[in-house]
Amino acid sequence: MDNSLEISETPHLRVRGLNVYYNGHHALKNISLDIPDKKITAIIGPSGCGKSTLLRTFNRLIDTIEGVKVKGEVMIDGVNIYDPKVEVTAIRRKMGLLSQRPCPLPMSIFDNVAYGPRIHGERGRQNLRNIVESNLRHVGLWEEVQDRLHKPASELSIGQQQRLCLARGLAVEPEIILGDESTSALDPVSSKKVEERFLELKNEYTIILVTHILRQAKRLADYVVFLYMGELIEHGPAAELFANPKESLTREYLTGIIS
Amino acid sequence: MNWRKIEEEFFLVMMRLASLLILAAFLAIMGTVIYYGLPALSWEMIFSAPKGGFYLGKEGGVANAIVGTFYLACGATIVSLIIGLPVTLVLNVFLKRGSKLAEFIRFSFDVLWGVPSIVYGAFGFTLMLYMGMRASLLWGIITVALVVLPAMCRAIDEVMRMIPGELQDASLSVGANKCETAFKVFARQALPGIVTATLISFGRAAGDAAAVLFTTGFTDAVPTSLAEPAATLPLAIFFQLGTPFPEVQQRAYASALILTALILLVSIAARLTGSRLSKYVIK
Ligand SMILES: Nc1ncnc2c1ncn2[C@@H]1O[C@H](COP(=O)(O)OP(=O)(O)OP(=O)(O)O)[C@@H](O)[C@H]1O
Ligand SMILES: [Mg+2]
Repeated sequence: MDNSLEISETPHLRVRGLNVYYNGHHALKNISLDIPDKKITAIIGPSGCGKSTLLRTFNRLIDTIEGVKVKGEVMIDGVNIYDPKVEVTAIRRKMGLLSQRPCPLPMSIFDNVAYGPRIHGERGRQNLRNIVESNLRHVGLWEEVQDRLHKPASELSIGQQQRLCLARGLAVEPEIILGDESTSALDPVSSKKVEERFLELKNEYTIILVTHILRQAKRLADYVVFLYMGELIEHGPAAELFANPKESLTREYLTGIIS
Repeated sequence: MNWRKIEEEFFLVMMRLASLLILAAFLAIMGTVIYYGLPALSWEMIFSAPKGGFYLGKEGGVANAIVGTFYLACGATIVSLIIGLPVTLVLNVFLKRGSKLAEFIRFSFDVLWGVPSIVYGAFGFTLMLYMGMRASLLWGIITVALVVLPAMCRAIDEVMRMIPGELQDASLSVGANKCETAFKVFARQALPGIVTATLISFGRAAGDAAAVLFTTGFTDAVPTSLAEPAATLPLAIFFQLGTPFPEVQQRAYASALILTALILLVSIAARLTGSRLSKYVIK
């Protein structure tokens, strides 16, 4: 594994002076951050520190909450996604989301994966079949489901559902994968499978994971972002940050004094 | 015996009594309708329109009212579904979570739900006169659609509100817009609720007498167009029960039996199609 970590001059995702308010509650305070391309970045911090909020600003899902105000910039490929001219569906398409609880759509396994491509205009039957197969293979689900593709997705086990959701996200060819505690509802075996997928996918995708499991962050992350009460306390390469935290707050969190 | 045990016994007995009461009421109503109605029920009752002197005990049946009720209830249910489904989708997908406007709209529906149907009848009647039109099947459908719309919307809305936010996130995050999310994901997930809401609406529309009194009119002919007045079973029951002749009164019970059977048939059909369509719903 390549542990030297240079952030390229212009990474995909850059955050500049980001502030988020929920009805006046200041949930993210002046965050500026570059996310390294094709690496796994873990966002860690105690409950309520704003991890999910930060993740939701990346694909503008934060827009669906009433009374939210966002200030500052999130730049994807040099474009500020909060620019009014930007089309939000195009932004979201660049980012696959894997939520905490697996959330298959109320349709068949096949239709779940084909949902995104169909929406973006793919109609060819053979093309769709190819897309579904390759993405299900990508998440290691093809062997398990190939002879029941047209069964309801809800019949899968929870762990399988989560991998199906990952395949659904990958099917629209995103650049970035966002995961919000994506393994916390899964049993140990299933979460190991999902973690393995992440490690494989980081060769092609930029991955950002929110996690409250420090051991998971240590296992997976190349880069770590530590938030505390809405503030960005420290960020840096995982090996460095875990071995030698610069801030005392980080050290206290890593040693379990604050949680 | 300790206190908690007594408490539990007490509520168990109460629960059994309550269930028994509901069952008894159901059986009593069905029993009465069948006991008085069945002897008067005949093919003629179902398949022929009233002939001269039907309300005096002479020949004929209530085919006019059966067909009228069926048209009216179907029409009103379809109209209110066409309005209600988009409204609930707007409430749950297009408006943001925790929106004040959505809460206000829900409150309005709750209030409208409680308004007695005679008020809708009066409203429809006024509107009809204002437009310079006469009582007809069309105005009946419009008025009854208004009567059932609040219940329809709230019943669908309750199911849609249970849909977790993550499902919406999942759809939006692959680049779907709100419209696609609403119709491809929410409408599907809420399908069992939509079926139930449609059933409630059909039953209420078929059984309503007050809203159709002034707006639909009453006629002995089987309706053949929206512009004609139409008879309905509740009003037929009312007129028959109001005569002094015992044999006509008995026909009222037969009509009630037909009305109940009509609603039962539609319910069973809807449940069957509903359960087939909802196999993809995520639990
Ligand atoms: N919809 C909302 N309305 C108002 N306040 C909110 C909302 N969502 C989050 N908050 C607040 O914003 C802050 C950050 O929340 P967020 O969900 O981002 O935390 P988190 O780090 O993901 O926590 P957890 O680890 O528990 O998931 C919290 O103080 C929370 O109370
Ligand atoms: Mg969170």
